[in-house]
Amino acid sequence: MAEQDWKTNKRVFAAVSLPTLLWTLLFFVIPMAIVWFYSFGENKGLTEIEFSGTLENYKRATEFLYLGIFGKSFAVAALVTLICLIIGFPVAMAITFASEKWRPWLLLGIMLPFWTNLLIRTYALMILLGSQGFANKGLEALWSSASWLKTLVGMQPLPTWEPVQLLFNNFAVVFGLVYVHLPFMVLPLYAALDRLDRSLIEASLDLGAGHFRTIMRIVVPLAAPGIVAGVMITLIPALGAYLTPDLMGGTDSQMIANVIERQFKKANDWPFGAALSFILIYAMFILIALQSMRRKVPEAR
Amino acid sequence: MDLNELLKQNRGRRSLLQALGVAAVGISFGGLAACSKSEGKKLANGEEAKLNFYNWDTYIGETTLDDFKKSTGVEVTMDLFDSNDTLFAKFKAGNPGYDVIVPSNDFVERMIRADMLEPLDHAQIPNLKNVDPAFINVDYDPGRKFSMPYTWLVLGIGYRKSKVKAKPDSWKVLFDSPEYAGRIAWLSEAGDMFRLYGKYLGKSVNSLTPAEIETISAMMIKQKPNVKKFHEDDGQDLLLKGDCDVVLEYNGDIAQAMVEDDDLDFIVPKEGSQLNSDTLCIPKGAPHPKNAHAFINYMLDGEVGKKIAETILFPTPNLAAKALMPDSYKNNQVIFPPADVLAKCEYAKFNEKLQPLYEEAFTKVRAS
Repeated sequence: MAEQDWKTNKRVFAAVSLPTLLWTLLFFVIPMAIVWFYSFGENKGLTEIEFSGTLENYKRATEFLYLGIFGKSFAVAALVTLICLIIGFPVAMAITFASEKWRPWLLLGIMLPFWTNLLIRTYALMILLGSQGFANKGLEALWSSASWLKTLVGMQPLPTWEPVQLLFNNFAVVFGLVYVHLPFMVLPLYAALDRLDRSLIEASLDLGAGHFRTIMRIVVPLAAPGIVAGVMITLIPALGAYLTPDLMGGTDSQMIANVIERQFKKANDWPFGAALSFILIYAMFILIALQSMRRKVPEAR
Repeated sequence: MDLNELLKQNRGRRSLLQALGVAAVGISFGGLAACSKSEGKKLANGEEAKLNFYNWDTYIGETTLDDFKKSTGVEVTMDLFDSNDTLFAKFKAGNPGYDVIVPSNDFVERMIRADMLEPLDHAQIPNLKNVDPAFINVDYDPGRKFSMPYTWLVLGIGYRKSKVKAKPDSWKVLFDSPEYAGRIAWLSEAGDMFRLYGKYLGKSVNSLTPAEIETISAMMIKQKPNVKKFHEDDGQDLLLKGDCDVVLEYNGDIAQAMVEDDDLDFIVPKEGSQLNSDTLCIPKGAPHPKNAHAFINYMLDGEVGKKIAETILFPTPNLAAKALMPDSYKNNQVIFPPADVLAKCEYAKFNEKLQPLYEEAFTKVRAS
C-alpha cells in the first residue's frame, strides 16, 4: 500500500485532526497562554492581576534561593531516573526473554500499580516505612532475635532497638519517586528490547563476547531510543513531583513544584508562581529539544 | 491495616486527602452545573430546595444535613476543602456555585476586603441570640455583618504523655530546644509559624516587623535539624502513628485523636498562642441566598449545635449548644483551655504586606 500523504487527502486529514487540535487549543494552549501572561503581571489588590509586562517575577525566580531549589529538584529527579534505569533495565530484559506464557502476566505486574490512585499508593508506602511501620517492625524482630541468639551463647544482649528513620527524609522522597516512576521506565525499555533482533545477541555470544560485553556493546546501543524515551518520560514527571515530597519528605525535602503550589495557594502570588512554572516548562522544552537533536545525529551520519 | 483504617487515620479538619479534595472539585463542578439547570420544586421563599455547602472535613454533625432536609426539605450538597488557601484560590475567579462557606477569621477579613462575601440579613438569623456575646463584636468582622461564628480553635502542643518528661508547657520545646530532637512536627503554615515564634519571643502576633522575621528565620534554621516534619495539619495522625511525640496542632484535632488514644494530651503554652475562629458566610453570587440564611440559622440552633459539637469536639461559641453539652465536654481542658492562658492568646489579623514575607522566609528555611 502506498504511503498516505496528508497533502493528497487534506479533508480527511483535517477531519481527523480537528478534534484533537481543538482540544489542545482549548485545554492546553489557551490556559497555558493565560498562565504565561500572568508571569509578566503583578498583583493588584487581592484578586486582580494586572498585566504590566514586568520582568520582576522572572528576576525573583532566578534568585539564588529559587535556583538552588531548581537545582535540587533536578538532582533528585536525575537520581530517581538513574535508579529507575538501573532497576528497570534488567526487569525489561527479563520480561523480554520470559516465555510467551509468562510475559503478559509480568507486564500486568508492572502495570498493576497504575490502577491504584497515586495518593493511596503513597499512603500505603508511608504506612510501610513509618517508625511503627511494617519495615521497622520486621527489622525489630530480626534485631531482637539476634539479641536473643547472643544471650543464648552467653554474650551481652544487643542494646534496645531504636526504629530506623525511613520516612520524612530525602531517602523517603527518592524511594517514593522511584516506586511511582518505575513503570514509566520499564514500559518503553520493554518496547525497545522486544523489537531487538535476538540473532545479534547470539552472534555476539558465539563470537566470544561475554554476557556483560554483549549487553553493553549490542543490547544497550540498539535499545538506545527506548532508553532515551524512558529517561525523558521518567525525568520530566519526577521533576514536577509535588505530592511525594510533600507527604514523604522531611523538613528539607521541598521540590520546585511544592514552591510553585504555595505561590498559588498560601502566598496568593499567582504571577510569581506562573514565572516559576514557566521556568520549569522552559527547562523541560530544552530537555525535549536536546532529545530530538540527539535523535537526528545517527541520520546525519 | 485495612483501607478503612488507612483512610480514617488521615481524617482531620484540615488534613483531607488532597486528591479527594480534587475529586470533590471535579464532582462539584459537574454536579453544581447540573443542579442549577434542573428545576427542582420551589420552596415558599421562591428558591429551589437545594443548597451547596463548602466545608472542612470532619466538621459537621453526623446527621445535621439529613436533619436539615427533614425540617426544611432543602437538600444540602456538601463539598470539602482542606485549607483556607484552597477556598480563596477557588473563589478568586468567581463563586463556583456555593451558598455557604466556612472561612477562618483572617480569611473573612481578606474576603470582605476582596468583596467576596454577601452581607448577612440578621432578621433571617434569629438564632444569633445563642452566640456568646464575646463573639459578636470581633475585630475581623465588627457586628457580624458578614460572618457567623461556627467554632473557635487554638493552636498548642499536642503530645504523647508517655514520651515526654514534663508537660511541654512552653513553645521552647518545639521552637528552641533539642530536647525532643527528631520527634517534633511543625505546622507547614508560614504565617502561623512566624506569629507563634513571635509569641514565644513575647511579641504580639500582629506586630512582627521584617527585621523580626529575619531573626525568627535564623532561629527556625537553627531548630530545623531537630524537626522531623512540617505537617499539613495532620499532626494528630503523626502522634497516633507514633512518628512524632510533640506536634503543633489545633486543640480540636487533638481532642478528636484523644478519643482513640488516651496517651495523648494537648496544652496551650504559657507564652500564649494564636486563636482562630471558623465562620459561616454566604459568598457573593450564591445561587440560594435565602436557603443559605435558613441553613446558617439552623446551624446556630442550640440542639443542632450540640449534635455538631458532640461529633467534631471543637469549642463552640454557641452558648445554647454548650449549655446542652455534658460536663465531659464543658470541662475538657483540651477543648476549653484554662482562662488565664486564653487571656494571652490573640487572633491573627490578615496582613497583606507581611504574608509574602512570611512565605518567602519559610521557603528559605525549608531550603536551608
